Amino acid sequence: MKQKLNTLANALAVFAALLALWQLVLWVFRVPPFMLPSPWAVARAVGRRLPSLGTAFAITGEEALGGLLASIVAGVAIALIFAQSRWIRRMLYPYTLLLQTVPIVAVAPLILMWVGAGAASVTLIAFIISLAPIIANTTQGLVSVEENMVHLFLMHNASPAQLLFKLRLPHAVPSLFVGIRIASGIAVIGAITGELYAGSSRVGEGGLGYSILYASSQLQTDYLFALVLAATVLGFSFFFIVMFFEWYFLHLWHESARTPEVE
Amino acid sequence: MKREGTVPAVEFEGVTKRYGNGPAVLEAVNLTILKGGFVSIIGPSGCGKSTVLKLISGLTVPSDGAIRVDGMTPKNARETVSYIFQDATLLPWRTVRQNVGLSLELEGASSHRREEKTAALLNLVGLDAVADAYPRELSGGMKMRVSIARALATSPRLLLMDEPFAALDEMSRDRLNEEILRLREEQNWTAVFVTHSVAEAVFLSTRIVVMAPNPGRLYSVLSVELPQPRTPELRTTPQYEHLVGQVSRTLREARSQ
Repeated sequence: MKQKLNTLANALAVFAALLALWQLVLWVFRVPPFMLPSPWAVARAVGRRLPSLGTAFAITGEEALGGLLASIVAGVAIALIFAQSRWIRRMLYPYTLLLQTVPIVAVAPLILMWVGAGAASVTLIAFIISLAPIIANTTQGLVSVEENMVHLFLMHNASPAQLLFKLRLPHAVPSLFVGIRIASGIAVIGAITGELYAGSSRVGEGGLGYSILYASSQLQTDYLFALVLAATVLGFSFFFIVMFFEWYFLHLWHESARTPEVE
Repeated sequence: MKREGTVPAVEFEGVTKRYGNGPAVLEAVNLTILKGGFVSIIGPSGCGKSTVLKLISGLTVPSDGAIRVDGMTPKNARETVSYIFQDATLLPWRTVRQNVGLSLELEGASSHRREEKTAALLNLVGLDAVADAYPRELSGGMKMRVSIARALATSPRLLLMDEPFAALDEMSRDRLNEEILRLREEQNWTAVFVTHSVAEAVFLSTRIVVMAPNPGRLYSVLSVELPQPRTPELRTTPQYEHLVGQVSRTLREARSQ
């Protein structure tokens, strides 16, 4: 407990030092507010625009969450197919790499063209970008079961369904969570990227990505900073929610979920 | 019981095993293991000891020759056979109790029978106190006890053990050796036990099969004429030491073949 308080105090000290440095740069170099607003101005912008920040946060959060959940369902389903045979993996695995390496910025306009602007296409973009780590990690978890464990099941005449539900799937859960943790971060990035292209049905109202575009075109730099802050908070929330579920499901038996990696 | 009968539990007739087009891992093995026997298989690395167990269990099939287990093919006999592996192979997401119940669960036993049997076995191997703990909280010796309890839950007639105590310290190993004999006194199963330890083989066995490498084959079958039931004091008697010496010599000959 004392150590946790220390960690928190250190983090706060660094934060305060960064704010001081920021303010110092403004004073020394006389930066105009439209290029770099003061920390105080950003704080005021957060207070003033709280309702629209909240709306943008909720819209982007919903799209990213939808994309992430869909990628978990589809990713596990695809991993189950991949786990069937080495031959299938060899044939199809390169395409999941493609999924991972294709620049989403380049694909986003295409998806918007095909699906149409709106939350659906943004969700689809978040889904595509978070799919690869789920497939890769879950497949790894499904196929890395020790041979002797499989033999044990076979010795007791286990059915294929028993092998899957009582051995391979539970064994893959820690790996699945590694995948979800990675995917949760990039789902948020995917949703914001999608919104940069998707626009909004009403002027001034949309997700974080849309609002960032809007604020920068209006030179509302303090609001822009507030939006970046909101995007960061959204990413963090996803990460911590996933961490919580991981802890909840694994802490009883799996080492990875026992202690947080922060010293 | 406890004495070897005259009915064969396992028969190998001219069994040869090779993987793909590789050299023979086992060559022309003829071996009969009698019901009620505790047979240890000992030999240098690479002589195919573990392959013998894999063949009896039907997890692998012979390239040549025939194997009968209880008069059946190995696969058909599986219901009466349990396998204990070198590592405890416990499912880390299940508690001790759920791990012990796994074998019965897979074979479709009713939950009532499972609970009853599991409780009795936990008691038998002295694990009542940790029944609801997870495997990662247990020592190596305790994990192995769980593994033994799980294997015995299905009331096997034949127990295959592949160096189950190899990773344990000597104290735990001795204690589990005594324990496994006690369990055998209570339940009536035949054992095929693969080990690297001559002392362990002599202490446990009614017969010791010494194997030779390149290719893996039977070198010699020795009878262990020691009083039953075996007690820890046996380890300090001259007869025991004499037998350990004899088996060690045979093993050395087999290696230099």
